[in-house]
Amino acid sequence: MWTAMFGSVEVGLIYAIMALGVYLSFRILDFPDLTVDGSFVTGASVAAVMIVGGANPFAASAAALLAGFAAGTLTGLLHTKGKINPLLSGILMMIALYSINLRIMGKSNVPLLQQETVITKITAAWQQTGFDAVLNQLLSFTGFAPRTWAILCSMAVLTLVVKGVLDWLMKTEVGIALRAAGDNKPMVASFSANTDWLIVFGLGLSNALVAFSGALIAQYGGFSDVNMGVGMIVIGLASVIIGEALFGAHSVVRATWAVIGGAIVYRLILALALRVEFLETGDVKLITALIVISALIVPNVWAAQKEKRRKKRKAQQLERGEPVAGAKTNYKSI
Amino acid sequence: MLELKRITKVFNEGTADEKIALRGIDLTLSPGDFVTVIGSNGAGKSTLMNIIAGRLSPDTGEVWINGRNVTTLKEHVRARYIGRVFQDPMAGTAPHMTIEENLVLAYNRTKRRTLRLGVTRQKREWFRETLQSLHLGLENRLTAKVGLLSGGERQALSLLMATFTKPDVLLLDEHTAALDPARAELVTELTKQIVAQHNLTTLMVTHNMEQAIRLGNRLIMMDGGQVIFSAEGKEKEELTVERLLEEFQRIRGSQFASDRAVLSS
Ligand SMILES: Nc1ncnc2c1ncn2[C@@H]1O[C@H](COP(=O)(O)OP(=O)(O)OP(=O)(O)O)[C@@H](O)[C@H]1O
Ligand SMILES: [Mg+2]
Repeated sequence: MWTAMFGSVEVGLIYAIMALGVYLSFRILDFPDLTVDGSFVTGASVAAVMIVGGANPFAASAAALLAGFAAGTLTGLLHTKGKINPLLSGILMMIALYSINLRIMGKSNVPLLQQETVITKITAAWQQTGFDAVLNQLLSFTGFAPRTWAILCSMAVLTLVVKGVLDWLMKTEVGIALRAAGDNKPMVASFSANTDWLIVFGLGLSNALVAFSGALIAQYGGFSDVNMGVGMIVIGLASVIIGEALFGAHSVVRATWAVIGGAIVYRLILALALRVEFLETGDVKLITALIVISALIVPNVWAAQKEKRRKKRKAQQLERGEPVAGAKTNYKSI
Repeated sequence: MLELKRITKVFNEGTADEKIALRGIDLTLSPGDFVTVIGSNGAGKSTLMNIIAGRLSPDTGEVWINGRNVTTLKEHVRARYIGRVFQDPMAGTAPHMTIEENLVLAYNRTKRRTLRLGVTRQKREWFRETLQSLHLGLENRLTAKVGLLSGGERQALSLLMATFTKPDVLLLDEHTAALDPARAELVTELTKQIVAQHNLTTLMVTHNMEQAIRLGNRLIMMDGGQVIFSAEGKEKEELTVERLLEEFQRIRGSQFASDRAVLSS
């Protein structure tokens, strides 16, 4: 049980990078980009093939990131220069990438067992430090000791770095223009920002994160498979939606926290669900759909109930002849 | 400053929906000119504004700004010279971003956007001072989302965003039309102040004839895609709403009856 949960957090942290990419396209750019299903595998394939070819796994992961960026910019160009609608641009790129990914790998599956990966390297370096012993000692009262804390800690740091960079980028002059392009596109042009360029750049960045996450998942799981991206966009959206529902999304900094949280919570729910006797691995997609549906519906129902209670309270206050709050305005308004 | 040379524009040419929006507009604004534009619905006023701003391209004719032919420049390139406020209060701001972020976006209109922090302490201080001139208390709400502002507040902010970088040409397209009379009056007053303060070359569309007469140093009347009447200097100062309506009747004769209602509303 604890081992499964521990694994869920590890994977959740890696998928969080993908979810941050999805957040960037869906929420910030307001561009429903389906390229994700393809670019995730592109990242995995590029990294896997390079690692098998003897490349440094860190370099291979960086190359995956660049490949994802290229894929994203192509989607962006299809939309901005080719004037193809956002959904269709993404779908076209997604199916094109399926073939490209097969070409990159030369077959449908590249195993990475016995290979030096980012994961094995980090784990090896970590074990020299003896942190595991310290952490396990600290938690000895729980009676739970994982194989190693290396992956959890390193991926947490990595995800936080990605979050930090994204947060910072969204506060720069370019980032502000990018967000405005997703918020009110015509207005951005009237303030001399090139919206086409911003969309291309934004989608590039989004898919770079997705592909990077794909590269890490391949190394974590020990293989790259041409079908490993199927439904990835829904998982990304699930993370974004769960995160927003649980943690709020008032600002970018807050929203990126929420997305990371959402990615982990999603994995935990999935792990718990799969422990139910009746459910099988094949039900994962159905469970995912149910999770997303409830994350979308529950907050609404909840808000409606709250509103109802509030009104009822007011009515009672009126009946009792108490003053009703809310008549005061805080700001001088015009 | 702004020069329009025989601008024509036809929509849906060769179809049943063909509509000649502009038929040869010639107009020259000297630096500091404040021209008010009136005309009935469909006269082509917004089309003209969009052509100046580069959102639409003219079929024939040229747009010159500051001695430079900008006819083929894309909207976002041309925006370096142009400040704009739209009729719809939603159109000129990004609702999910804060007041200060909106101001940064506007501040960078004339500059290259970099990977440096957008809202710096220095800029924030300056925004605060600039917002004070609106007397709306917005300087205390720099981190509020713009979507939370009222239509009047948003329009005042849009006006500030369009003007505080001193554009070569300011385009206002019925920017007070969506506001109630009191707010419209306030935004009009702000417009007058700001235009005078920076001596901005301005083209302002309005349906309010009294306002068109009161503001600016020149007035033009458009109809059917043409400028049918223009007045400046002393002649404009002596204009009255009655005189304008008479003028319109004299030029357009029979159409007057139906247009009168629109023009004076
Ligand atoms: N994109 C378009 N496609 C087709 N016809 C258009 C388009 N834009 C404007 N028109 C037509 O061109 C003519 C001029 O429109 P325009 O919006 O410039 O008028 P206007 O003077 O701004 O009117 P209003 O006072 O109602 O704002 C109208 O007949 C309009 O129907
Ligand atoms: Mg108009």
